[in-house]
Amino acid sequence: MMDLSLVQLAWAGVLCWLGLGLAALLVQRLRGLLNLIFPLGAIVALGLAAIGAMALLGHASAIVLPIGLPDLPFHLRLDELSAFFLILLGGAAFGVTLYAWGYFRHQESGSLALLLLWYHLFLAGMTTVLLADDAYAFMVAWEVMALSSYFLVTTDHDQPDIRRAGFLYLLIAHVGAVALLLCFGVLQGGGVEGAGDYTFDTMRLAEMTPFWASVAFLLALFGFGAKAGLVPMHVWLPEAHPAAPSPVSALMSGVMLKTAIYGLLRVTFDLLNVQLGWWGALALALGLVTALYGVIFAAVQSDMKRLLAWSSIENIGVLLAGFGLTLIFYTDGKGALAALSLTAMLYHALNHAFFKGLLFTGAGAVLHATGERNMDKLGGLMRVMPWTAWLTLIGALAIAGLPPLNGFVSEWLLLQAFLLTPGLNQSYLNMVIPVAAASVALAAALAAYVMVKFFGVTFLGVARSGAVAKAHEAGWRERLGMIWLAAGCVALGLFPAQVIAALAPVVRLLTGQTLVNDGSWFLLAPVDAERASYAPLVFFAVVLVTLLLVFIWVRRVYHGRIRRADPWDCGYPEQDARMQDSAEGFGQPIRQIFSSFMRVERETPDPFDRHPRYRGDSRDKLWVLLYQPIADVAAWLSDKAGRLQHGRIQWYLIYSFATLIFLLVFVTR
Amino acid sequence: MSTGILLQIAQTLAAILLAPLLMGWVNQCRAWLQGRSAPPLTQPYRTLKKLFHKDVVIAHNASPLFRFAPYMVFACMALAAGLVPTIANDLPFSPAADAIALVGVFALARVFLALAAMDIGTSFGTLGARREMLVSFLAEPALLMVFFTASLISHSTELPTIVEALAHKQFVIYPSMAFAAVAFWMVSTAENARIPVDNPTTHLELTMIHEAMILEYSARHLALIEWAVALKLFTYSALGIALFVPWGIAPRGDLYALPLAVLALLLKMMAGGAALSLLEAISAKVRLFRAPEFLGTAFLLGVLGMLIHFLLEV
Repeated sequence: MMDLSLVQLAWAGVLCWLGLGLAALLVQRLRGLLNLIFPLGAIVALGLAAIGAMALLGHASAIVLPIGLPDLPFHLRLDELSAFFLILLGGAAFGVTLYAWGYFRHQESGSLALLLLWYHLFLAGMTTVLLADDAYAFMVAWEVMALSSYFLVTTDHDQPDIRRAGFLYLLIAHVGAVALLLCFGVLQGGGVEGAGDYTFDTMRLAEMTPFWASVAFLLALFGFGAKAGLVPMHVWLPEAHPAAPSPVSALMSGVMLKTAIYGLLRVTFDLLNVQLGWWGALALALGLVTALYGVIFAAVQSDMKRLLAWSSIENIGVLLAGFGLTLIFYTDGKGALAALSLTAMLYHALNHAFFKGLLFTGAGAVLHATGERNMDKLGGLMRVMPWTAWLTLIGALAIAGLPPLNGFVSEWLLLQAFLLTPGLNQSYLNMVIPVAAASVALAAALAAYVMVKFFGVTFLGVARSGAVAKAHEAGWRERLGMIWLAAGCVALGLFPAQVIAALAPVVRLLTGQTLVNDGSWFLLAPVDAERASYAPLVFFAVVLVTLLLVFIWVRRVYHGRIRRADPWDCGYPEQDARMQDSAEGFGQPIRQIFSSFMRVERETPDPFDRHPRYRGDSRDKLWVLLYQPIADVAAWLSDKAGRLQHGRIQWYLIYSFATLIFLLVFVTR
Repeated sequence: MSTGILLQIAQTLAAILLAPLLMGWVNQCRAWLQGRSAPPLTQPYRTLKKLFHKDVVIAHNASPLFRFAPYMVFACMALAAGLVPTIANDLPFSPAADAIALVGVFALARVFLALAAMDIGTSFGTLGARREMLVSFLAEPALLMVFFTASLISHSTELPTIVEALAHKQFVIYPSMAFAAVAFWMVSTAENARIPVDNPTTHLELTMIHEAMILEYSARHLALIEWAVALKLFTYSALGIALFVPWGIAPRGDLYALPLAVLALLLKMMAGGAALSLLEAISAKVRLFRAPEFLGTAFLLGVLGMLIHFLLEV
């Protein structure tokens, strides 16, 4: 401990994961050893979270690793921002990996070994992204993360849909990566003369003009936005996340999207030393559009994993709105408010890692037990899989932003940040902010709608198909993983004062100020206790005590007789499971109200049809309006470019010659 | 502090015990307006008593969630009633949850009720749950906007501070609060399942929203839900009073103002209940898909209230 810095320990953790991934290939014949790899990986995750927690308390530490190209070593650094995201990664990955241990235990050895390799490579890549201190290491890690997750998404590559989803993911990930490369180029270009390296230290020293700073910011927003699923670069997300095996979906939604948020924070607040107010307004607007777009589409999905993927888009939107608000406050010189909204945003990132991880693992348990992802074929699972159901319920309530769970705390902090805005120097922002607060409130209320739909249709009611009959409860390993994630949701909800104190170093690093908690250890009171306070522990205790008192009173004073009967059939005896609301039906009001956002295809049968089939399909309008034209233009251009190919060597020589002449003219000018 | 705690408990208990009375008063007024002979004021208590003594009938496939939900809903409503300053403004519990958390409590109760309605798997249960969530996804942000307007004026989201600022400082007319008041009235009719969004006395399942959710409940579970409904109406009335006509609520630490505060509350509640039944008597229930328009209007009015605050009052 004395002679090993924390960043070295973190790097050792990365190496452990790489080693475990490679070991999986070596021991694939020995099933007993192969089964040990997931729990070992989980321990590494917990270790990394602990290292992150220690790094939050201490100082930044850095090392230079002699790997990579000659004269271009890897620089690694563990500061408070990296440490926070390391905790997020380790904490969520621990639960998900425990879950994966059970989830994949019946997987055939060969494919399991490959999966273990990609899984640990993915984790190692994400960790290195957080540790990287030069653009070269960052981009290498970024690509490792993208490629390993591509192979994880296409685990079931025998299905054409999944191959297609994987390709779309790979494409957009690389369009984003190109933007990031350009962004780092711009950042380095403004650096000190003669310093030819791509270290972040050089970039920090750069004196950028507002124009080039804006170019760098916009490239970063585009590049990281493509990874995070920002509208309109979100189209890959609802395809790729559901296609992956559930633990991988949990990691992709819960953790990988956060690496993009990390990158955005790193570039904007750390690497750039000029920040402009309109960046914040732009990020706020984009974030709110993303949040509303995501939640509206989540409400009309029938596939449970696709629903959760859309809900991730919504949460990324909320995070970006928080980021934009922070930038607005920061550039306006309101350091304390910037600290408040940044705290809200980081808190929400941590929360989302836990509850989205929990929901994806819960959905995975259902998928594993029934083989069915379509909610229209599920229902009534609460009676068959009570553990999964109750744990998923915690996740659903948390993501719906209900007290006393964690989703509510970050939403509360964000709304407080909006309410404290009066007094911004730019008055137009003062007018925009109430509308923004209204959009956040609307998105949160719609999230509750989505979660009632998700939980109610999947776990409650009566089974809608035979798939449910053979369902079984998740194994103890899966349950252990889900319990860890659910405990995280509860703990983050009940102890906000402690979490905020732990976040303080990160907030101070980025905004120069910290959020002062005016309350005691159980009372959360940002800024001032007179202004606003929230004490989840007291709240929880009062609900619990009231609940118990009412329960005891009702059961004591009155008899407890219960008769069981058939449900009331409204005088129509032929009730069956298909008369419940389908997932489609539950989303129908949203589809009707927000029909202008989507392209709805409907097939309604003839009234005399003996075997009627109803089909409704709500699609993303942006796909037609934005992506189809781009694809058409790309196809047209490549068609035209194809004419250059003749297969005749003379022509090709002339091309080379012309290019050479052109370049010579260009260089000598 | 100890008087504060006593006052808190007394106020919450009073809300719980008096809530059915307000329901009885509203029903009585409505019966008069409709030219019927009115049931006695104590009719809701008798209904509750009857329900508590009956045998519970539960569907075969009900899960524990179904039996847990009524207790949860009742506990949430009792908590909400304890948060709103009705008589005194000195509430030790109020720092635990502010106006935003109050909206969260209502949402928690609603989500549990909607989930319980989906639990049995009858067509009307899920239909009711869907409609309830449809109404609430617009009503909830609208309510938040009303609170935001009030808290922008008083620089606080703590309900006692809001009341303190609105009632005990010099009298100013806030145009933004006028918008908020209209929005609040629209939201509270929707949230309390009253006309024009829902009809509490309907017997036609197809038009039900709230009632469709609780079709499967009986006996003590139904009693708890009915009581919670009455408590919700009481809490919303108290909220409306606290935000828009707060004069008379006893300020912090002033015990001698309490008798007057009780009297003021009773009078305001009576007037409010009469106004509610009058508005119900002269309006018709809207079609379900007009309800989002109605609530969308409330939402926009709330947002307008905030904008007007920024335009005129800062």
